[in-house]
Amino acid sequence: MNHDAYDDNYIRSILNGVKSIAMVGASPVNVRPSYFAFKYLAQRGYDMIPVNPGHVGKALMGKPFVASLADIGRPIDMIDIFRNSSHIMPVVEEALKLSPPPKVIWMQLGARDDAAAEKAEAAGLKVVMNRCPKIEYGRLSSEISWMGVNSRTLSSKRAPVPTQGMRLSLNRTSFGGGQTAASDRAAKNKTEST
Amino acid sequence: MTDRLPGFSTLAVHAGAQPDPTTGARATPIYQTTSFVFNDADHAASLFGLQAFGNIYTRIGNPTNAVLEERVAALEGGTAALAVASGHAAQLVVLQQLMRPGDEVLAARKLYGGSINQFTHAFKAFGWNVAWADPDDAGSFERAVTPHTKAIFIESIANPAGSITDIEAIAAIARNAGVPLIVDNTLASPYLIKPIDHGADIVVHSATKFLGGHGNSLGGIIVDAGTFDWAKDNKYPMLSEPRPEYHGIRIQETFGNFAFAIACRVLGLRDLGPALSPFNAFMILTGIETLPLRMQKHCDNAKAVAEFLSTHPAVSAVNYAGLPGDRYNNLQRKYAPKGAGAVFTFSLKGGYDAGVNLVSNLKLFSHLANVGDTRSLVIHPASTTHSQLDDAAKVKSGAAPDVVRLSIGIEDKEDLIEDLDQALRA
Repeated sequence: MNHDAYDDNYIRSILNGVKSIAMVGASPVNVRPSYFAFKYLAQRGYDMIPVNPGHVGKALMGKPFVASLADIGRPIDMIDIFRNSSHIMPVVEEALKLSPPPKVIWMQLGARDDAAAEKAEAAGLKVVMNRCPKIEYGRLSSEISWMGVNSRTLSSKRAPVPTQGMRLSLNRTSFGGGQTAASDRAAKNKTEST
Repeated sequence: MTDRLPGFSTLAVHAGAQPDPTTGARATPIYQTTSFVFNDADHAASLFGLQAFGNIYTRIGNPTNAVLEERVAALEGGTAALAVASGHAAQLVVLQQLMRPGDEVLAARKLYGGSINQFTHAFKAFGWNVAWADPDDAGSFERAVTPHTKAIFIESIANPAGSITDIEAIAAIARNAGVPLIVDNTLASPYLIKPIDHGADIVVHSATKFLGGHGNSLGGIIVDAGTFDWAKDNKYPMLSEPRPEYHGIRIQETFGNFAFAIACRVLGLRDLGPALSPFNAFMILTGIETLPLRMQKHCDNAKAVAEFLSTHPAVSAVNYAGLPGDRYNNLQRKYAPKGAGAVFTFSLKGGYDAGVNLVSNLKLFSHLANVGDTRSLVIHPASTTHSQLDDAAKVKSGAAPDVVRLSIGIEDKEDLIEDLDQALRA
């Protein structure tokens, strides 16, 4: 699996396929990226669970924080990890102990641990690293185009008007696998130099 | 769903645009409105806090402008773009994200005269310094880099003589210096040159020129290549540090590889204010749909006119990179193989007076201060666009007193040649 650049169909199949997402490192502070992503994904209809031992007893968008993945107590489709690269492995190891294990491990923008990814893939999980599910959902639905972002997709079909809580179609035509060649190359060079 | 990259012409027509969700309108509607209604208080707060995608106020973003932004980002191969009121506004907004008082931008000496003025005078009042280097000598950039250098700025095809810049050589110097390379791609347009493919980190346009293409609407575009690591070395606090304007958000951490375009929008455009009119965005979008067709015709006409002038007895020299033997011909074949653009200069044996006579005798060419119009244009840079430079700087920037600049339009080339011929004989 090439983790320097992802085919849009790979990302699309994950975002179309998962229903519940546990966010490890979710923050109740409303200027943190994890808060943005949690709120957006909840508004797009995902069943979100905030995981952060420092905030047990509080809730995020009405969802109570749990201290660990084991405390969720029901099957989860995807683990979205909002932690630095150095803290990824223990979360993946914890996720693999769940029964049933999750289908997807997703590491946030800036987070990458190739050894942890290999371990999860060996157990049959799909892995995404150094991406944000909010950005990818916004891109594949072209909702992010409001911000002048290159969605790298085209469509001649009329889209529904997005409303709160609505799942958007992610099945637009991607071009070139959805990669922005120059930016992907720069990310790869950065990974190799660190 | 396909993995094949659509061709340039397909992107020029489709990228960023889809039928309007509300009405089904196929052409991009002109959302001529200042503001957008919020769903509720929480939606408003999410938008103001940069937590949700959506529209607030046209100075920050507008749905028509957003289509233009995504389209140019797709054509240039960038991650995102921002439309602003003019090319000059694009330069101001870009540098505001990078520069603090005492910092320096290292710029190519051959630039549009208006850019030279903006850098030399207006930016100096902000405490932003400019150092100049010779785009024909990449080593001169290397030697001019200092600890205060925050960006390198060049034109892909340089005004006024249509010279071609060795983008890759200068990109390597920018990389070594740890600063972004900004390329003004106005005269090439992405149809001829895609600077991001050659190492540019930021591309700017005066969309007024070939992108819009019809001489009817001002506009500017900033494209983020998504290639520069703004957090490294903490040299760019607008992107790497918590922003007090947004309750401590760090722009790069939050927006990843399109952080620069977002900074330009939410810190630059929002607070400096040079927003593009949605009507102008519509006009420029309409122009871009035919960019590949127009640009090829511009180039083919320009080559024919340059060939004609190069053999004319009244002409002492033609500077057109598309002519074999021109000093930029090798660079043109590397960077812009489809054509050398439509803006070039030539010198008259009769000097300054012959230039003045030529301009007044032309019947089809319009004497005005623009380039990249469907119409053919002529100007005498020494007395107009470059008039505020001293004589030495005029010569260095390619605007000596005997030089006439042409911007070749998309008329029939035989008519353009006949007009020049009669004006040179008159």
